Amino acid sequence: MRRRLVPALVGASLSVLLTVAPVLACGGLIGPNGAVNLLRTTTFAGYHDGVEHYVTSFEFAGGEGEFGSLTPLPGVPSSVEKGGDWTLQRLIRETDPPPADLAFRLEAASAGDAEVLMQVRIDALDVTVLKGGAAEVGAWAKAHGFRLPADAPEVLEFYARRSPIFLAAVFDADAARERGQQIGDGTPVHVTIPTPNPWVPLRILALGKTGGERVEADVYLLTDRAPALLPAPTGSNGLRLEHSDRASAALLDDLRSDRGMGWIPDDGWLSKIEIDATASGLSFDLAIDATGQGAPSRWQAGLDPTFGPSQEAAWLAKVILSAVFLTLGVVLVARATARQGPRGLAPAG
Amino acid sequence: MIDRRSLLLALAAAAALLGIGALAVVGAGRPPAATDLEIVVRYSRFTPFEIVVPVGVPVTIRLVNDDPIDHEWIVGDEAVHAVHRVGTEPLHPDRPTEVVLPAMSVATTVVTFEEPGALRYICHLPGHEAYGMVGTVRVVQ
Repeated sequence: MRRRLVPALVGASLSVLLTVAPVLACGGLIGPNGAVNLLRTTTFAGYHDGVEHYVTSFEFAGGEGEFGSLTPLPGVPSSVEKGGDWTLQRLIRETDPPPADLAFRLEAASAGDAEVLMQVRIDALDVTVLKGGAAEVGAWAKAHGFRLPADAPEVLEFYARRSPIFLAAVFDADAARERGQQIGDGTPVHVTIPTPNPWVPLRILALGKTGGERVEADVYLLTDRAPALLPAPTGSNGLRLEHSDRASAALLDDLRSDRGMGWIPDDGWLSKIEIDATASGLSFDLAIDATGQGAPSRWQAGLDPTFGPSQEAAWLAKVILSAVFLTLGVVLVARATARQGPRGLAPAG
Repeated sequence: MIDRRSLLLALAAAAALLGIGALAVVGAGRPPAATDLEIVVRYSRFTPFEIVVPVGVPVTIRLVNDDPIDHEWIVGDEAVHAVHRVGTEPLHPDRPTEVVLPAMSVATTVVTFEEPGALRYICHLPGHEAYGMVGTVRVVQ
């Protein structure tokens, strides 16, 4: 696999994405002059044994200075490390085989007094895991010289209510150049997050975009069984299920042989969700129920942002109690009516 | 069984309540001119997005930025805003009509509006006006 992929990757790095800024996937890009629009992005979220493995790539696409990215995470990661060299490309090849001479395009990953949980240097990337609300993350961004776009306060709060964990990645374009990174070279990052059920941040992709702008991205999921997704990818909601099938043994073997991917199971289900939505339409995340119960959480999808797991339980309890009291009331009224007897039938005197 | 008189009384009471509600709504649509106001910024929006002030009287405006990002409050006519749309001045010191609002901060300014009419207040940080950070000052006699 490695021998097959390396030449293709070298070709890719020389041929694509002649833009003037680093490209990041699944994160809102923030720069000294505000948000920079993202190109199409690719992310891989694998879930096995109660752990979400989130792999995305930061692509060097020229430019100077520093650029940053924020990625909301569903929980505190146990590790952040350099991702495998070909995981994302291998997934793309699995579902969208490129023409023989067309190199594939490397997709990018995305990325106060917030609490710094972890700091990792990966090539030309400074990755920081932050814990904090919108105010703390905003302060962190400002302290590091970045200006968040106008929609950031609402978007950050949208995430912080569910999980106040953010992965901030600062891409040092000058360092990338000194390292000899070429335009199109990607720096994959692999985040390992223990969590009961995974979700993938989507709304953050629209950060800094105006309402009508398009958001395009591909999300690959590898789960033990066919997952239930919320929102369901109907196509009309900007999400389309492009691939859903048992993962081939060849794919799993290839992925497992990449750096840090030894966790890949012997069997799994591969889904590819293509995102093509307007920025204003992408107001949710992708909740995944990988347990087989078919009940992805509305809260994790951001569809009920003020409705957390504890509220879900409380809501269920209230519904049951209300039903009990209603039934009791109906029974009592019925019995009282029966005892009173029919009206207008007073005994004649 | 409801008799005719009770029904008429109930209808009259409902009509009176509706009338009071309608008056309240109409009254809420145009606030009275005030000399002491507060404008809150949250989610990159001004609330209220319209204020009414008296002409020729100092008006104290408390500006509360509840957002974790910086904003600014610049009030003036279209000529003022045209300059700021292309301006590069990062700060606007000592100008009551141009207030910088750092993240999670409060600032107070006093402005005397000399002419009746309508002005706008806008945040001119990149992308903020397009996002909707626009409000109106109605200066009345």
